[in-house]
Amino acid sequence: MATSASAVLSKAVKQQYMDLPQGNKVQAMYIWIDGSGEGLRCKTRTLNYEPKSAQDFPEWNFDGSSTDQSEGSNSDMYLVPVTMFRDPFRKDPNKLVLCEVLKYNRKPAETNLRHTCSKVMSMVEGQRPWFGMEQEYTLLGTDGHPFGWPSNGFPGPQGPYYCGVGADKAYGRDIVEAHYRACLYAGVDICGTNAEVMPAQWEFQVGPSEGINMGDHLWVARFILHRVCEDFGVVASFDPKPIPGNWNGAGCHTNFSTKEMREEGGLTAIEEAIERLAKRHTYHIRAYDPKGGLDNARRLTGHHETSSIHEFSAGVANRGASIRIPRAVGQEKKGYFEDRRPSANCDPYVVTESLVRTCLLKEEGDAPVEYNK
Amino acid sequence: MESVSGSSQLNKTLRRHYLDLPQWGKCQVTYIWIDSSGEGLRNKTRTLDAEPQSIADIPEWSATGFNQKHSDLYLIPVWMFRDPFTMDPNKLVLCEVLKYDRVPAESNHRTSCKKVMEAAEEHCVWFGMEQEYTLLGMDGYPYCWPKNGFPRPQGPYHCGVGADNVYGRDIMECHYKACLYAGVKICGTNAETMPSQGSSVWEFQVGPCEGIAMADHLWVARFILHRVCEDFGVIATLDPKPMVGDWNGAGCHTNVSTKKMREEGGLQYIEQAIEKLSVRHEEHIRVYDPRGGEDNKRRLTGRHRTANINKFLSGVADRGASVRIPGQVGHDGCGYFEDRRPSANCDPYSVTEAIVRTCLLDAEAGDI
Repeated sequence: MATSASAVLSKAVKQQYMDLPQGNKVQAMYIWIDGSGEGLRCKTRTLNYEPKSAQDFPEWNFDGSSTDQSEGSNSDMYLVPVTMFRDPFRKDPNKLVLCEVLKYNRKPAETNLRHTCSKVMSMVEGQRPWFGMEQEYTLLGTDGHPFGWPSNGFPGPQGPYYCGVGADKAYGRDIVEAHYRACLYAGVDICGTNAEVMPAQWEFQVGPSEGINMGDHLWVARFILHRVCEDFGVVASFDPKPIPGNWNGAGCHTNFSTKEMREEGGLTAIEEAIERLAKRHTYHIRAYDPKGGLDNARRLTGHHETSSIHEFSAGVANRGASIRIPRAVGQEKKGYFEDRRPSANCDPYVVTESLVRTCLLKEEGDAPVEYNK
Repeated sequence: MESVSGSSQLNKTLRRHYLDLPQWGKCQVTYIWIDSSGEGLRNKTRTLDAEPQSIADIPEWSATGFNQKHSDLYLIPVWMFRDPFTMDPNKLVLCEVLKYDRVPAESNHRTSCKKVMEAAEEHCVWFGMEQEYTLLGMDGYPYCWPKNGFPRPQGPYHCGVGADNVYGRDIMECHYKACLYAGVKICGTNAETMPSQGSSVWEFQVGPCEGIAMADHLWVARFILHRVCEDFGVIATLDPKPMVGDWNGAGCHTNVSTKKMREEGGLQYIEQAIEKLSVRHEEHIRVYDPRGGEDNKRRLTGRHRTANINKFLSGVADRGASVRIPGQVGHDGCGYFEDRRPSANCDPYSVTEAIVRTCLLDAEAGDI
């Protein structure tokens, strides 16, 4: 079976070392997004005190030429801590801290899309934008083949796997359970999990999170997933169409609401928002995967519960539409809506920012507006 | 071992590390429901901010059906159990399924079963169901059988060469403990290996349960079985005849009694009930498996301790009968009777409802 060599190292031995007391020292693991806009990096330092929030962590730096973020000749980049979590791998008092990356000249790095997102969110704070994102992913062995699939072929066709139970239906549940608990421990707003339609494909949901928190919590949830998979010796892929053909792709359906939408008669605000989105389909498609729409082109075919990438559509309880209004929302005339277009490997900062720009800041046209701030 | 799943080889010490992490008062609730096949179980999990004290604290949820036009289904929590996999304070919640228009889904037989049980409440009907199942490897072959053939016809009780009874017992033991932890009314287990055959059929019994509780507890016991087998990397099948030929099938013998049957002189009520069953044999056969009787045709042959599907037979201590009165009951003059017809993959809602309708309510289907 294609699991990594690391996975075979004795976890009982590891436990012995991990149980050693550490005095008043605290291990702080700094996490950041690398030059690809999809990959995560991390490194650790010792602190002499237990930080209570992100502000208690010192800034740090790293070699950007090794993460595809700068030239070797001028490679120092800055890590600015922004959100702190407990560390589910090393446990209390140790911490994980998510960081923004700045270039040598203190400007945001190319793939630091949090910076603008944060500004946009602060412009609409009063509207209380809430998000919930449904992160789908596929488990692969170290050979790149989906985990649990027969080595020279394919499992039976889709049907029995969605929310399934049993060794022939659910592949890799240990990882899902471990990830869920690790996120709860860390303080990530994880609100659910389920097995997905393709075997070895799973989903977890993060939210409801307000404003900038959505992107922060989802990125850390992704980091925790990669670390848990690393421990078990398998790989999590956010590729939006890992297996071509009659197999589901992987998305990141994004649920969105404002205070107005959640209150009585909020359906009107929801419908207005959807009308604005209908006029800006191209802009959103470009924002919804890290390759300007090229990744999603493999996934949004109009089949396998997706809408076609070429057309915008919306409907109540319609899983073949770009935007779905849940049936309960249609009946209660308030609530939220679901944008089903974002790809599994999207940047949640960009996705949430674009929804706010179009629906709340009422932008139009293909390009985002530059606000002076 | 190729016949166990890849997942089962993932490191369980590592898993223990994660599952031991505190969750700071949050509660994971796993919703369980029966899918459109009427046999399959589905589940998904959500976080609640606090431990629910009862079913009333657990919100409705929705799930995806596969009807593209009306895909939303509603999951209505009906019974809460402790979660033996991620443990306290987490819960398993059995749900009824409603369609988008809040009408029971086709495979939701609980709604009508509940009405029937309520109509018969005064009788205090108790059930006990004996769930048989077969263990298969990932290759679909019975778990302890040799790769390219069959066990010896004159083999021992234990499973065949290479594997041994211990694997089967591990699953039984773990399932039993998990059910006890969860609060499922599991009352016993036994191996169902027949001498001179190597069939790996096992059995557990759930009960005594009153009314609707029987089916609720049995469905959750089945879910727990599938999850335990998933952990071990093998498969439990409830197919009534997984191996064609001279091998055991798998049933779900259903024991039934009312207050009157359990009291002194109760035998007359048992005999009356059996009389009523005898004239509605075909109607019962139709609901004793999920395919209107087609599945049971492969099992109820008249051999291997079954009654032939085309005949209704009853008798004291007769395991070749459709309905058996246990010898002790015949001796004591009161107790219960055993309907041996239901298939292992039956829907216990349908089975218990049919028995109550026929024996106690004298009602035709659709009357209530």
